[in-house]
Amino acid sequence: MKKKKYNFNFILGMILLALTLIPAFVGLFWTPYNPETMDKTLKMAGISLKHIYGCDNFGRDIFSRIMSGSAITVAIALGTVAFGSIIGTIIGALTGYFGGILDEALMRINDVALAFPSLLLALVMVSLLGSGKYQVMLALGIAFIPSYARIVRSEYIRIKNLDYVKSAKLAGAGEFRIMFVHILPNAKTVILSSLMIGFNNAVLAEAGLSFLGIGVQPPDASLGRMLSEAQSHLFTNPGYALFTGCTIVAIILGFSLLSKEVK
Amino acid sequence: MKYVWKKILSCIITLFIVSLLVFVAFAIIPGDPALSKLGTNATEASLAAMRQQMGLDKPIWERYLNWLWGAIRGDFGTSYSYSMSVASMILDKLPITLTLMIFSMCIMILIGVPLGVYASYKEGTAIDRVIQIINQINMAVPPFFSGILITLLFGVTLKFFTPGGFVSISKNPVGFFTYMFYPALAVALPKSAMILNLLYSSLNGEKKKDYVRTAYSRGNTSNAVFFGHMLKNASIPTITFLGMALADMIAGSIIIEQVFGIPGLGRILLTSIQNRDYPVVVAIIMLIAVIVIGVNFLVDVLYKLVDPRVGN
Repeated sequence: MKKKKYNFNFILGMILLALTLIPAFVGLFWTPYNPETMDKTLKMAGISLKHIYGCDNFGRDIFSRIMSGSAITVAIALGTVAFGSIIGTIIGALTGYFGGILDEALMRINDVALAFPSLLLALVMVSLLGSGKYQVMLALGIAFIPSYARIVRSEYIRIKNLDYVKSAKLAGAGEFRIMFVHILPNAKTVILSSLMIGFNNAVLAEAGLSFLGIGVQPPDASLGRMLSEAQSHLFTNPGYALFTGCTIVAIILGFSLLSKEVK
Repeated sequence: MKYVWKKILSCIITLFIVSLLVFVAFAIIPGDPALSKLGTNATEASLAAMRQQMGLDKPIWERYLNWLWGAIRGDFGTSYSYSMSVASMILDKLPITLTLMIFSMCIMILIGVPLGVYASYKEGTAIDRVIQIINQINMAVPPFFSGILITLLFGVTLKFFTPGGFVSISKNPVGFFTYMFYPALAVALPKSAMILNLLYSSLNGEKKKDYVRTAYSRGNTSNAVFFGHMLKNASIPTITFLGMALADMIAGSIIIEQVFGIPGLGRILLTSIQNRDYPVVVAIIMLIAVIVIGVNFLVDVLYKLVDPRVGN
């Protein structure tokens, strides 16, 4: 029974991610139509064989837009996770391993940052850095540092007192070698699962910021921005909002199903 | 009591750090508020006069202390773009956002808690599995999309409310509260999935503990053990979650206000960010910090009351 459930979650997660991430990846290089080309004759065109998701209020092919939009969303989320996790891991490793006053001070600031919802922190960061896809990546990355630092720090505190670390020390390994060659690989399961959760949060936060109009700026279109465009045509063309929103849901659901199995 | 004082002190220190970080961050970012207020045609003399009037000519620590002293007395300065008192701008909109938050908090608890308890009570049955699957999907729907779905379902298809038809409470109290129900539902749905999940797993965790076995061996019925013993212990993590959920709900409300066209705090925060109206942005962030830290303080104290071992 247990085995069967494992497979179900895993397979469903994989299917959802395949359905969303493969078009996103292809969307980097090729889309069936140019996602920015407007065609008055196709304004609000319904679902057809040529345009499988129909067209938006400017006659742009929705499927092509979702392909390139998810590519931007996924790219920003990846950049955010990479930036936040690398800096967060370094901070967490240093503070967890060495402790002391630096640890106290950084963790105080961390407590403050963690008290805020990450979207709000990102809002503050965007208002400091400005809008645009790189700014959003940086803003979200900074907003996500505290949570990674916290997780990595507690792993380091746990591991640094284990016997194998002590014996590595006796064998004469340097502090940085112990930190990144000996301890880091043993913290990887915890870091990996927090990376997946972090990816989901980044997708959500990017979509949220862009939905509010302060994230990705035109001509770039991420899923969040498309959703806010679609919202103003909800009465006449609900399909646009539904397809875009369901893509976001599928990405998040797929990753959370997979991360359940990783744990 | 000593515990409470210690907590209050640490809250004040945290708030102080937040205020310092936020104020300095917004004070040192590039851009001249006097220039953006007067336009690029302004002369150097008028710019200097404007800076002096806005208090920007003083060194940053002096500006911070002035601001802090004002903030303690409830004066957050003047908005750059509206030339209005920031405090009155915020006070005007705060009740709307607070209503939204309290509404969604109630809906979240009303949906999440009974379902979580019920699913754990029926653990392993088909009903449990159905609840889990729906919950998993519900958790993946971001609040702005659930807001759009609710607008589509209740607004466009069923015509229970007019999308975008917000009325203020003074004009039509009944209309105000019925309209607010839908955005509150949108904020509450994903959060209720989390509380369901949390309660479910902490209840299931309790099932294996010794005291439960003891309770059974003393002849309690399974209902008595479940509702009399386990529920109380399993509710402790849920209380902590409520504090965190509130912080998330503020962020959720900001987005949902845009979906439903509600002129609340989220609206002024966004326009202020876009207009670079920093006194307003700083004040709203500080307000949210006070709410978040205050609620977490209450949660800590409540926690201590439920479980006296905490913090000793």
